[in-house]
Amino acid sequence: MTGDDTKHLPLEDLHVAAGARFGAFAGWSMPLTYPAGVMKEHLHTREHAGLFDISHMKLFEISGPDAEALLNRACPFDAGALEISQSKYTFFLNEAAGIIDDLIVTRLGRERFMVVANAGNAEADEKHLRALAGDFDAKVDALDRVFLAIQGPEAWAALSRAGIETGSLLFMHGFEPRENWFMSRSGYTGEDGFEIGLPEVDARDLVARLLEDERVMWVGLAARDSLRLEAGLCLHGLDITPEIDPASAGLMWAVPKEVRASGAFIGADALRAILERGPAQKRVGLKPEGRQPVRAGAALFDADGNPAGHVTSGGFGPSAAHPVAIGYVQTSLATPGTKLFADVRGTKIPIDINPLPFTPHRYRKG
Amino acid sequence: MAKTYFTEDHEWLRVEGGIATVGITNYAQEQLGDLVFVELPELGRKLAKGDTAVVVESVKAASDVYAPVDGEITEANTSLSSDPSLVNSAATGDGWLWKMKLADESQLEGLLDEAAYNAHIG
Repeated sequence: MTGDDTKHLPLEDLHVAAGARFGAFAGWSMPLTYPAGVMKEHLHTREHAGLFDISHMKLFEISGPDAEALLNRACPFDAGALEISQSKYTFFLNEAAGIIDDLIVTRLGRERFMVVANAGNAEADEKHLRALAGDFDAKVDALDRVFLAIQGPEAWAALSRAGIETGSLLFMHGFEPRENWFMSRSGYTGEDGFEIGLPEVDARDLVARLLEDERVMWVGLAARDSLRLEAGLCLHGLDITPEIDPASAGLMWAVPKEVRASGAFIGADALRAILERGPAQKRVGLKPEGRQPVRAGAALFDADGNPAGHVTSGGFGPSAAHPVAIGYVQTSLATPGTKLFADVRGTKIPIDINPLPFTPHRYRKG
Repeated sequence: MAKTYFTEDHEWLRVEGGIATVGITNYAQEQLGDLVFVELPELGRKLAKGDTAVVVESVKAASDVYAPVDGEITEANTSLSSDPSLVNSAATGDGWLWKMKLADESQLEGLLDEAAYNAHIG
């Protein structure tokens, strides 16, 4: 990709003014860190409230009499079971049950849904949705919004001070508080928090009010990654890909039993076949011994030196205060406590299979 | 009298009596962000200019630090094992990485002085 193709956030000037260091991610120039640094930004989010610009992610509105049917075809879930304002984590699968993208779908109305998709897959997702929409009486609109996340135990209080009440909204619920706004109680840090899609002019006003509050600070993509890693959440492109199915990824909790048995979603036959024979590998949490991080791509071996799997993402967990990683191992080894070794630049580092998440989720479920 | 040199790869060397103390510059530590681990070199290891001597790891990434000249490792900064953040807080002081006995002092002539390094980072 040439520099000319790089996409820029609508609020980029605010990040520049805040002293952000930028880096490329999924075709976007993104704030990686601010002057506080990844460690402080991470810990601040867990203790207070971190403000993230996630406008690289894409919001799609799906509407029409067949909106439910379209989603039930695209995703292994039951859109009809969603109540108004309820959200579900799900995916687009290919015919082989590989994960094209992971998403959050929220029902906005009887015939309207909001889909939040990953930056790197937004174009492919849109093509996929539009191609499918041809078979249904449903419309796909890609929304032009600034998308902000405010995450952490004081996120609700900071929003309240900024004039946005969130009191009755529970985790994995979303609604449209104002015209062209979408707000959900959700996020990708393991903390209580909110994601808000809104027009740029409103976003500038909201950001200014939030940053007046000392509980709120900008947090960059580097800490977003360490937060989601500690929370055991998958990053599409690393931990889940079009070559990995939900059973191997340990994400079958997102696929309701009836849908597994009789759903007509794309990839249903392949997923049933995988479930019948059992996945050959499984996603696990990995805790390296000592302080040295073990990162994506590192090969894993068992005690006898036989290949056991590989790491798909890894780094240091500032709240866990030790290195953390996610990877895939042969199903027979995928039990917490199993001791393996990771090859880091020729050195074998002991690494234990560890339950996920590394830091407990603190969602507000009711 | 110690003399300090710099490289275009953002390292500094303080040379005294044929021994160079090597670290990364303040600019480099700012670019790397918070360090969480430093993989230190073995004592006695012989390095050629350009060999990886140390790996510094931030929360997000691992980065190689190269030998700026030929030489042999005489000391590693073991205090970084328990506190790698010294490189962030004191890059050109207590956050030094290793010491090496120079094999060929004439290689120093190819390095930058402080003014040239400052011009390099702009």
